[in-house]
Amino acid sequence: MEFFRNTNIDFLGKKWYFLGFSLIFSVAGILSMLFWHHIPLGVEFRGGTVVNVKFAHTPDNNHIRNALDKAGLHNAKIQSIGAPGSNEVVITLDQKDTSETDLDAGKRKIIAALETNPQSGKQDLNNNEAVGRAAVREALLARDPLHSATADYDRITEQIVAFRDRNAGGVLTSIDQLKGTVPDAVVESLKQDFYTGDFAVRGGSIVGPQVGDQLKHQANLAIGFSLLGMLAYLWFRFELIYGVAAVVAVFHDTLITIGAFSLTNQEITLTVIAAILTLVGYSMNDTIVVFDRIRENVKLLRRESLAEIVNRSINQTLSRTILTSGLTFLTVLSLFLFGGEVLRGFSFALVIGILIGTYSSIAVAAPMLVAYQEWRASRSGRGTVPVPTPAGSGKGGKVRAKA
Amino acid sequence: MQKNLLIKTGLIIAILLVFLYGIFGFPSSLSGDGLKQAVLNRIHLGLDLKGGLHMVLQVMVNEAVSADTDHVVEALKEEFAKAGIKYADISKPDPQNHPEQIKIQGLEPNGASTLSNIVSDRFRDYDLSGGTQGSYTLTMKPTVVAALKTRTVEQSIEALRQRVDTLGVSEPVIQENGLGNYQILIQLPGVDDPTRVKTILQSTARLELRESRGSAFTSEQAARQSFPNGILPPNMEILPGKERGQTDTVYYVVNRIPVVSGTDIRDARASNKPDTNEPIVDFNLTSAAGRKFAVFTGAHVKDGPDPANLAIVLDGKVISAPSINGQISDSGMIEGGFNEQSAKDLAMLLRSGALPASLRYLSEDVVGPSLGADSIKAGVQAAVAGLLAVLIFMFIYYRGAGVNANVALILNLIILLGFMGYSSAVLTLPGIAGVILTVGMGVDSNVLIFERIREELRNGKAPAAAVDQGFDRAWTTILDTHVTTIVSAIILFFVGSGPVRGFAVTLTFGLLANLFTAVFVSRVIFDTVLSRKKRGEALSI
Repeated sequence: MEFFRNTNIDFLGKKWYFLGFSLIFSVAGILSMLFWHHIPLGVEFRGGTVVNVKFAHTPDNNHIRNALDKAGLHNAKIQSIGAPGSNEVVITLDQKDTSETDLDAGKRKIIAALETNPQSGKQDLNNNEAVGRAAVREALLARDPLHSATADYDRITEQIVAFRDRNAGGVLTSIDQLKGTVPDAVVESLKQDFYTGDFAVRGGSIVGPQVGDQLKHQANLAIGFSLLGMLAYLWFRFELIYGVAAVVAVFHDTLITIGAFSLTNQEITLTVIAAILTLVGYSMNDTIVVFDRIRENVKLLRRESLAEIVNRSINQTLSRTILTSGLTFLTVLSLFLFGGEVLRGFSFALVIGILIGTYSSIAVAAPMLVAYQEWRASRSGRGTVPVPTPAGSGKGGKVRAKA
Repeated sequence: MQKNLLIKTGLIIAILLVFLYGIFGFPSSLSGDGLKQAVLNRIHLGLDLKGGLHMVLQVMVNEAVSADTDHVVEALKEEFAKAGIKYADISKPDPQNHPEQIKIQGLEPNGASTLSNIVSDRFRDYDLSGGTQGSYTLTMKPTVVAALKTRTVEQSIEALRQRVDTLGVSEPVIQENGLGNYQILIQLPGVDDPTRVKTILQSTARLELRESRGSAFTSEQAARQSFPNGILPPNMEILPGKERGQTDTVYYVVNRIPVVSGTDIRDARASNKPDTNEPIVDFNLTSAAGRKFAVFTGAHVKDGPDPANLAIVLDGKVISAPSINGQISDSGMIEGGFNEQSAKDLAMLLRSGALPASLRYLSEDVVGPSLGADSIKAGVQAAVAGLLAVLIFMFIYYRGAGVNANVALILNLIILLGFMGYSSAVLTLPGIAGVILTVGMGVDSNVLIFERIREELRNGKAPAAAVDQGFDRAWTTILDTHVTTIVSAIILFFVGSGPVRGFAVTLTFGLLANLFTAVFVSRVIFDTVLSRKKRGEALSI
């Protein structure tokens, strides 16, 4: 099976279209970053409070809004996430609602505001922030409904907590749900000490301003230094201009991806940063494959112009480029489709990044080499092709002229 | 050729087995659950997948500096009073931002030499400057300030570790946070009741020295019975504790009001008694507490008229209750049946009990167990779906050679996961991103090679020569792409922390494994296939 054979597309002839395309997306992203949504940073960078809540029944966001308003949290953002029926809501508070000395005040207020059916004297079995194995075990041991050994209660405690957290997704609608999993006597005993609240807190973050700034600084450093490292290696293996072209292409990809987050107003979280780092590696990989072929062809085809060589190299590697991109895209797409809510931003970045990364190695990096060469030629009056030194393989003797 | 291939095949199988052990160990059973459990035992999951609590705390180190300068201010006043030297004021001009500075004003002229003597005798950690019109500045030396701050963070970490240990959390991380100054990072995986844990960590586990009467009793009842009619005096209470080296709980009768509390202890360290070389614990008190302590210990020495023991109480539990051998003022030692380790422990407890500075929460991240379980399920589902799609496609597109690529890819993943099992590296969500990039680059290496082989075949090469050329040419490209990415991953490892590091680790090892699988293993399979073919028979690619 083969999709492409001996293609001969004049990629460089379309460089103005490419430039136009790249400019449109970059500028749209930059404009959105400057004037529209800005860069929507996740709470770990921005600072603030996020609480992920799962309700036992379908929640009414207006009720939540009213409850939070009553608690004085007027700026809270309420967002339903997950599949319909998962009853999950993410509540976000801005940093100004969290003071540095009392960091988790906002979170406590949210939980208190949502609590609608507290029963005095009993603990909320769905409140997994406070009720874990220890609390369940203690309650069971105190009642001793089975007149049984401690080890039995340890096992039953595990079963109860596992049922709540795995089978029921963290929130039980009633204690009777446990029937069949644990003996009925245990269920009755639990009812004496526990009730099931309307919701469970599945997770959340509280980030003070200091940590947010540090993380932001660190993420910038990480991306910056890794680009520099790649530039240095390509300089050593090829020529400085190859490194510069590759880094510009990768920067272009990063810019457009972040722009896409800004345009769609999705938050850039720590995992999104990991995705951006992944696409930096991926796009760099794509670019190097084309550059390697250019390096090889420059040695073989000394009479042809660099533009022709670049075009031929892109065509020769096109089959591989499309195949690899297609396959990687397939993996990432499955992540986007099946990966669930937590991975949504992460896989979104990769979906965009792989499309743009493949495009940029053909449409940005390679034309840059040619443009640089033409610029040098026009300046010095002679056409000097930057021939990379054939470092590494040392197998120059084996190369064979192409038909 | 044949023998060479056999050796190579053997090597591949050996590596496969080694890394399979890395993933599974020796599973207790071969059922699905047994294997799953075996994998979970070997591969450590990050907090984002396992659920748990992640916190960053700021140690208010200036408080520790402030405590030391407070002590100096008090001592100076005392010394001047003793020598009858007059001064206008001794104070700290900017205790908020510069707790290391002490200002002495209006010192009478003949006090100058006394002051410099005191500083050179007792406060060698300080620089004395000034002198015009009896005005002096005493500043803690910058190196000493830095050392004190670092020690403060270390002591806080020890104190927190003590508290975490009592929680029974497995594999806790308590360390200095690489990101900021004087911050502590705490990771408690699998904690399923973060509110309770936070309460325990937040509670200032204060240490107290209290008067104790009688010996250790085996039960509360026995402790009570040691008093007339079994009625405790109103100022006493019974506290549980453990005798060193024993597991049974014993009970002590102690005074409700501590003589010295945690904040009064300046420092404590394990050392040895000069004459007998017996391990002891030395401690220092602040001067105010020292005076109080001197009165107390003087009144209750072992051979005196009213002997009492000194109960060391942490969090309402008696750690030990030694007898008082002599009067103790601002420094003293605790002796009594220690070995090297228990003396160190107690010194550490004394230091950690007196938290050197308060802690402030900077950030908190809670991943509930249900959320972590969802992430794993989704992540694994997606990864398996993606991998299957890739495997099927490679087989359809490349036929026989596709099998090569698939074997190489699966072996690559086995080596990567096996490495995770052997090392203490933690698999996080960004780590899964690293795995995905590895799969992408693994497929890419094979596609590069296969496309090159096809090109050579199109140019009329014989299969064996085409395979040879294809691998040769593709190798340079593969090496370049891998080294570039590994270079950036290593930089990420050193610049980044936490999740970014998880990404860098899986990526680096995944790519190293890929150089082996995509090039070496795939080549061996090709050679094996070729060696069985007759001359001129076509290659399935």
